[in-house]
Amino acid sequence: MDPLHQFNIKRYGSFHLFGLDLSFTNSALFALLGVAVVVAFLALGSRKRALVPGRMQSLAELFYEFVAQMVRSTMGQEGFRFFPLIFAIFAFVLISNVMGLFPYFFTVTSHIAVTGALAFMVILIVIAYGFYRHGWKFFRLFAPSGLPLPLLIVIIPIEMISFLARPFSLSIRLFANMMAGHALMEVFAGFVVMLGGAGAMGVLAILPFATNTAILGLEFMIAVLQAYVFALLSCIYLSDVSGEHIGH
Amino acid sequence: MTILLDAAQAADHAKGGMPQLDFSTYPSQIFWLAVAFALLYLALDRVLIPRIGGALEERNDRIADDLDIAARKKLEADEALAAYEQNLARARAKASAIIAENHARMEAELTEQAAAREAELDKKIAKAEAEIAEARARAMSHVEDIALDVAATLVHSLGGITPKPAALRKALETARPESLS
Repeated sequence: MDPLHQFNIKRYGSFHLFGLDLSFTNSALFALLGVAVVVAFLALGSRKRALVPGRMQSLAELFYEFVAQMVRSTMGQEGFRFFPLIFAIFAFVLISNVMGLFPYFFTVTSHIAVTGALAFMVILIVIAYGFYRHGWKFFRLFAPSGLPLPLLIVIIPIEMISFLARPFSLSIRLFANMMAGHALMEVFAGFVVMLGGAGAMGVLAILPFATNTAILGLEFMIAVLQAYVFALLSCIYLSDVSGEHIGH
Repeated sequence: MTILLDAAQAADHAKGGMPQLDFSTYPSQIFWLAVAFALLYLALDRVLIPRIGGALEERNDRIADDLDIAARKKLEADEALAAYEQNLARARAKASAIIAENHARMEAELTEQAAAREAELDKKIAKAEAEIAEARARAMSHVEDIALDVAATLVHSLGGITPKPAALRKALETARPESLS
């Protein structure tokens, strides 16, 4: 029983480009599968465009409104240019997290390479938009206005470090939550199997089994919560460099 | 937790580390993530968000329109009610005006009739009084003749003579001069 076995990347065939190994893997398969599920869900929900929505349409609109509300509350009207981006981040992370909870399904977001790439994409967009929106005044982000000089000397390095730490905290938070949860469930599942094969002691297998059932519920909550946290933090980082926070 | 760590460490030893730290898989993971994410982003941005957002907007517009229509209808109803009440008030005023006019006309007619009747009666009274006066005057004029006749008869019976009428008239006038003037 190797609890990390589930995180192995399996190559299906071989595909090399510019000397890089870009082979199609189980990670790629489940990433595309997740995208297909999200697109199918939203396409089905927006197929009829009924005035009085049916069940699927209500769900799709609920999902849409949830993300729209998140964008609106953090970034205001200006943030709506990022609405598709936030929507895509939230939907992708959510479907990856949730799909990963099904047995034999690979969890795309349990890999730091994926969460890191997403986090760096967000931070690069934040920096690019900050420069686009404010030019060199973007650096005011690190110097809150109205502070005396001695404090600025202390505050500016702290702000810079906290800014630079963002992509790491963003990516590690998600990846670690996913990995730890899945590993934990597999460990407890291993206990069930071990105890179940121990003759008369086998009845005790009910204990780790019950625990695992509870953990599964917890993991579903974490899967949704972490997707929300990732999307919300992306919104907040973007709002930091939008019009309201950096003065002119 | 220690069990988990032990298990994880055991796995590490067995497989030579976490699969997450196998950098040889990074290019493939990131490449396919980019492909999947780009597909998702394009589908959302180009098709799905406009469709869902459009449906939501359409519904909000429809609701706003319906509210507008309802407000307009209510305004119209209020106006109709006001017009109705105005008409009613006007009709009432007209009715009371007609009643007052009729009342006045009837009163005027009655007074006129009463005045005409009174005038007629006055005329009749006057005529009757004139007739009475005439009759009385006529009667009075005969009284003298009767008195002369009576006096002549008396003189004739008492004295045996027939007085001249002129002398008799003179005697009568001296006896009661005031009564014949």
